[in-house]
Amino acid sequence: MTETSEALLEVRDLVVEFPTRRGILRAVDQISFSLMPGEVLGLVGESGAGKSLTGTALIGLLEPPGRIASGTVRLKGQQINGLPPEELRKIRGRRIGMVFQDPLTSLNPLYRVGEQLIETIRTHLPLSEAEARQRAVDLLMEVGIPAAERRLDSYPHEFSGGMRQRVVIALALAAEPELVIADEPTTALDVSVQAQIIAVLKRLCREKNTAVILITHDMGVIAETADRVAVMYAGRIVEIGPVRDVIKSPRHPYTKGLMGSIPDPEAEAERLIQIPGSMPRLTHIPKGCAFNPRCGFANDQCRTERPPVRAVGKGSVACFLDEAQLTALSLEARR
Amino acid sequence: MLAFVLRRLFQAILVMLVVALVSFSLFRFVGDPISVMVGQEATQEDRERMRQELGLDQPFPVQFAAYVGRIVQGEFGISYRVGRPVIDLILERLPATLELAFCAAIFALVFGVGFGVFTALRRARFSSKAIMTFSLIGVSLPTFLIGIGLIYLFSVELKWLPSFGRGQVTDLGFWTTGFLTLSGLKSMVLPAITLGLFQMTLIMRLVRSEMLEVLRTDYIKFARARGLSDRAVHFGHALKNTLIPVITIMGIKLGSLVAFAIITETVFQWPGVGFLFIASVQSVDIPLMATYLLLVALFFVTINLIVDMLYFIVDPRLKSGVALARH
Repeated sequence: MTETSEALLEVRDLVVEFPTRRGILRAVDQISFSLMPGEVLGLVGESGAGKSLTGTALIGLLEPPGRIASGTVRLKGQQINGLPPEELRKIRGRRIGMVFQDPLTSLNPLYRVGEQLIETIRTHLPLSEAEARQRAVDLLMEVGIPAAERRLDSYPHEFSGGMRQRVVIALALAAEPELVIADEPTTALDVSVQAQIIAVLKRLCREKNTAVILITHDMGVIAETADRVAVMYAGRIVEIGPVRDVIKSPRHPYTKGLMGSIPDPEAEAERLIQIPGSMPRLTHIPKGCAFNPRCGFANDQCRTERPPVRAVGKGSVACFLDEAQLTALSLEARR
Repeated sequence: MLAFVLRRLFQAILVMLVVALVSFSLFRFVGDPISVMVGQEATQEDRERMRQELGLDQPFPVQFAAYVGRIVQGEFGISYRVGRPVIDLILERLPATLELAFCAAIFALVFGVGFGVFTALRRARFSSKAIMTFSLIGVSLPTFLIGIGLIYLFSVELKWLPSFGRGQVTDLGFWTTGFLTLSGLKSMVLPAITLGLFQMTLIMRLVRSEMLEVLRTDYIKFARARGLSDRAVHFGHALKNTLIPVITIMGIKLGSLVAFAIITETVFQWPGVGFLFIASVQSVDIPLMATYLLLVALFFVTINLIVDMLYFIVDPRLKSGVALARH
């Protein structure tokens, strides 16, 4: 993991909590990772693993009563969690852009696409109305919307889902942020459109050297797009590493199960591997390693102590199994 | 758009015809109109002759058609009580009621939307909770009680505002207005608040709950993620979406301001059509009652038409014929 100060984003021991009547729920539990400029980090995990909350916590948009209870988020060395709301607002959109899951609901139905683009551009950049309009046209062309000039005056409902997600991407990139957080950007789209959207996102971010946190549960998208991948389980990062390593030779038992559940057309196996049981609810996270009740390798230590994150190979794993055992796991997965 | 307008117009005419039927049958409720008109000593022949002259021997549909025909030509009949054309009486009184309803509507809209937005945005504040609690009073207390309470406080105890009447009015020939004199304006305050209070609290609660819902939508979250200012998010993006469902309710409610001005006008001795209507009920002045009924219906229908047109202006999705999917 990169520890140097040149990192674009550095997240340290981030904890997101929801105070409820039955006590405090920890939705994100001490996660740490960093991101280099232009790097694409995939954040994967089942629904409810805390992926999206991590994304919203980073840009300070947690819905109350949710809050960042501890930990730090640093953007180019500057701590951004805990900044006054107005300061944080200036970072949102300007330095960190965000793309949400559902393009059908992300755009305000009552305003023309151009109005929403120009509004965003002018919020962050000192441009005149005419300049902002020109920039909006350029942005729409960049994301691949034909007849951009004319489409500026269209309303969101006049676009298809894929086209709307292109507009959303254009909006997220309007002020050329250094980082884009894409929360399940393709989940709500037709399969045939998904690849196009990912391609647009990938191309633009590479051109502008924008780093991306790609939140998804689609390992295919990750494999194709991300440089590194972090696997989340019950609010914790269980494994993080270069995407090739994590996919080809997962070390954590959970990651291994996750990869095993992806169908491989060339494999002869008749059944997909399943992980028994299901992810615990936030109210019932087991003591020790959160994965221990479903893990085939769990021992007494796993049931009492939380495993620390430690470097293994080019990545890091939060597991008590020793290196030899983990490597054996990864070799087994590779077969 | 044109087809839509025509369809709505057709519906409006249909509604008016039904109301005309109801008001026409009012005349029949009170028995034979001939016996009301002729004296005790009239013979059976006299009665039959009169019945023929007035067309009352015709079948019901024919009579109804004749009635509608007269209405279209602006003939609403003669008031039994005053002996003058009903339409003149109503037109004389109409400005008072319309001005009252207008002021009440402005009061209800401005404070209703304002408080609604405030209580939605500052949900946790003490003042928001105080407003919400206070609004329960507006919803639950009957109008006449609020009116009497206001009169007691501001006219009897504090002596700030007049307790009844319209004050001094200025006659513009076709319209008498109370807006041009100080006493006219002062007289307007209490009745307008009394009439508008219920609508205000209703609008406020509606705006609040709609706004809270809109603030939870994805496009608001995305607007925030784009770094737009709170002001732009709340008043540019959220409020406009909030107002779409609110417009309908407000339209209907504004119509009822005119209709339910009766109680307020009675409490404040306001010389409007509602007050006139109460007087005509007391003396069974059928032509006036029937005309009042038509007038109120006309208000409702017209306001509804306007509301439907407003939808088109506010919501672009309707223009292209897309069903108004809920966000």
